[in-house]
Amino acid sequence: MSNTLSKIEKRTAYTLLLPAVFLVFSIILFPIFANIWISFKEVGLKDIRIPEPRAKKIIKYVSEDKSELKIIYKLRNSSLIQKITDVEFKDKLPKDIKPIDLDSRCIFKSKIIKCQFGEWRPKYRENFEILVKNEKNKEIDKKIIKSQKPNLSGKSDNILLTTNFTLNNFKKVFYENDFIDLLLTTFYFTFFGTIGAIIFGILAAQLVNQNFYGRSFMRSILLFPYVGPVVALAYTWTLLLDPNSGTFNALMVNFNIFDEPINLLGQKYMVMNIFGFELKLRLALTTVIFFEIWRYFPLAFLFILARLQAVPKDLYEAAEVDGAGPLKKFIHITLPQITAIISILFMIRFIWNFNKFEDIFLLTGGASGTRTLPINVYQQGFAISDIGMGSAVSIVIVLLLIIFMFIYFKLIGRKANEI
Amino acid sequence: MKFKSLTIYLLVSSIFLLCLLSILKIMSTLQGINFTNLNISQNFILGICLSLGLLVIGNKLNHLIKIFSFTSVFTIFYLYINESAPIWYYISVFLVILFFSHKVKNYNLNYLKEDFVSEKIIFDFITLFGIIFFAFVILFPFYIMLVTSFKTQIALLVNPLDFSLNFKEDLSDLFKSYFVIFDTYNFGRYILISSLVSIGTVIITLMFAIPAAYAVARLNFFGKTFLSSSILVIYMFPAIVLVIPLYTVFSQLGLRNSVVGLLIVYTATTLPVAIYMLQGYFKSIPKEIEDAGIMDGHSWFGIILKIIIPLSLPAIASVALYVFMIAWNEFLFSLMFLDNPKSFTLSRAIQYLTGDAETPRQYLMAGSVIVTLPVLIIFIYFEKYLVSGLTAGSVKG
Repeated sequence: MSNTLSKIEKRTAYTLLLPAVFLVFSIILFPIFANIWISFKEVGLKDIRIPEPRAKKIIKYVSEDKSELKIIYKLRNSSLIQKITDVEFKDKLPKDIKPIDLDSRCIFKSKIIKCQFGEWRPKYRENFEILVKNEKNKEIDKKIIKSQKPNLSGKSDNILLTTNFTLNNFKKVFYENDFIDLLLTTFYFTFFGTIGAIIFGILAAQLVNQNFYGRSFMRSILLFPYVGPVVALAYTWTLLLDPNSGTFNALMVNFNIFDEPINLLGQKYMVMNIFGFELKLRLALTTVIFFEIWRYFPLAFLFILARLQAVPKDLYEAAEVDGAGPLKKFIHITLPQITAIISILFMIRFIWNFNKFEDIFLLTGGASGTRTLPINVYQQGFAISDIGMGSAVSIVIVLLLIIFMFIYFKLIGRKANEI
Repeated sequence: MKFKSLTIYLLVSSIFLLCLLSILKIMSTLQGINFTNLNISQNFILGICLSLGLLVIGNKLNHLIKIFSFTSVFTIFYLYINESAPIWYYISVFLVILFFSHKVKNYNLNYLKEDFVSEKIIFDFITLFGIIFFAFVILFPFYIMLVTSFKTQIALLVNPLDFSLNFKEDLSDLFKSYFVIFDTYNFGRYILISSLVSIGTVIITLMFAIPAAYAVARLNFFGKTFLSSSILVIYMFPAIVLVIPLYTVFSQLGLRNSVVGLLIVYTATTLPVAIYMLQGYFKSIPKEIEDAGIMDGHSWFGIILKIIIPLSLPAIASVALYVFMIAWNEFLFSLMFLDNPKSFTLSRAIQYLTGDAETPRQYLMAGSVIVTLPVLIIFIYFEKYLVSGLTAGSVKG
């Protein structure tokens, strides 16, 4: 009895889970594995369009009573690099209209013209003509003939499904792609973006955890950058920081803080002279990191605030009795209470920042020394149109990610369950 | 000890006042007033005098009389030091100094003798300063976005600092950018597509996620632990590594440039977090209620429909809002999958507009306001639900 019940339960569970699991598998897990396949192939963007036989229909009257006309099909192979085999052509003629002197490759049967064109090489073109005549010598309506679209089909090799593999993509990723610089930029961006967001998050949470007028309003405002659409915010920043007519530079020049406008998003390095030491600051990258902090500190704030509000008030009162000042209270009570959440936040944000694409893409497009790994996937795959290379970079990202996640679950996984 | 805390008090409070006055000055500059000097040193000394005066007088005078007289005197000093400006600016200065004088009312010579007073002073002022700093830094870009959409490119190139709005002119002139982006740039269509995609994603995600979350929360089956622990791992995998394979498959299936393609991808990427959030809530519903449902002869489907869903409406609402926001704000997939302007979403349309250097910036900003406003309104209105969604969803972004 209980056995059948548990069987029913199992079956129900699988039925309920099936749609979601299927969708997640096909859209998230399948691509991750497909990446491995593609990364071992030399595939360009143009290769993934399946070659198609195409035909354009042009119609001309050839007799004066308009009872005869010529149909010209401009046939072509849509691909410039791949052949199509077994090309088949079908078109339908209206009632009473018959072809004269049909091409030897074709047959006419019950109003349908059917042709076998065989193999088309890449870039293949042909003007294929058929003369047709109305049997009753009546005028043929051009529009009716034109409205009938010919049907073409053919077979072609899909380059993605062949079994030629190569290691060239990975060689290129590691040797011809400034890989070290790419990796360093990514880590620089990820690390400082994460740390900055957490520091500002702590400050903001500490702030909002106190009593003041308009506190809940302040909490809403603090979350604005996180909930706003990235496109709108990134373009507002670009406008704000524009060197020619941006508000920020105009203000700085107006109040004589800058001598001349600084292209904060377009300048790779800024040389700073501090106590005689020349310091080269990656300017555009720093600006992008500031945007990143601005946009994601609200999340850290939200988590730390939730934790701070759970800290028992009597801890602080006891500390006050013991004669601890605000600084001591912060260091000895607040900080230990939030270290766990901070370490979790750090790992999670680190992983997400590591994969950040939109923000950098919209602000700089990866120029001026802001090229990170995710930006490189886009550049390789879509700007240079080398899909195989893009996939290879994706694989590098996935591998690094798996390492991070392993560390995360080993170190912090247990702590996460305690909270 | 007293001297140290006195110095700290004077320094910190006058730096705070200086920041307030500087922000006021910057904001006024953006209204077209021609300031070229922040007068940091003079205003700093002014601040020290004001703080010292207020501290020395302490409680000897009535609070109201004290702050009003001090404010008036120091506003006049301020006018004398700084450049001339319209009367509304002086009124603002008066209000700022009044606010400051009111804020420091607790400080007097006796207070400075207490324990840890310098730390307390620093913490107090950091709090005050922090509120103003965060509010300013966060709202400033939003403010620029809004006012730019009301200006014209030519006016901004002539004077990039003048954001003053002329309400005397025709209102239709003020909102011209909005009319233009709807008329010439087809924004009505983009809003429709964005709404369709976002609402569609919410509905499909919930349809898939509620049964799955129920199974994970309540039923026993082989592979349950594996499934529930892999949900979060799957969620961590970023969109950028999915893009190339999905692009190739979608091109070959003809799903690019279609709302259906976007719906599939958005649903799949939001499903893990939706299931994670919902199953947490479903677990908190007492099992006895369901047992009663089984007694009444409901099937599993009936239990979900008649018991689970009505009981977990708040959680479902927060998942729905969260998913809506993700879908509305999504950019990467719409960039990859849409290249025909007929099927653009709002985000993609704005990005497409920026590709053309000729597009005047007020149109871009008007578009940005249109894409931002719904999200912010929904956020403010449903904040309670959304915040719980953000915390449970925790990590996406």
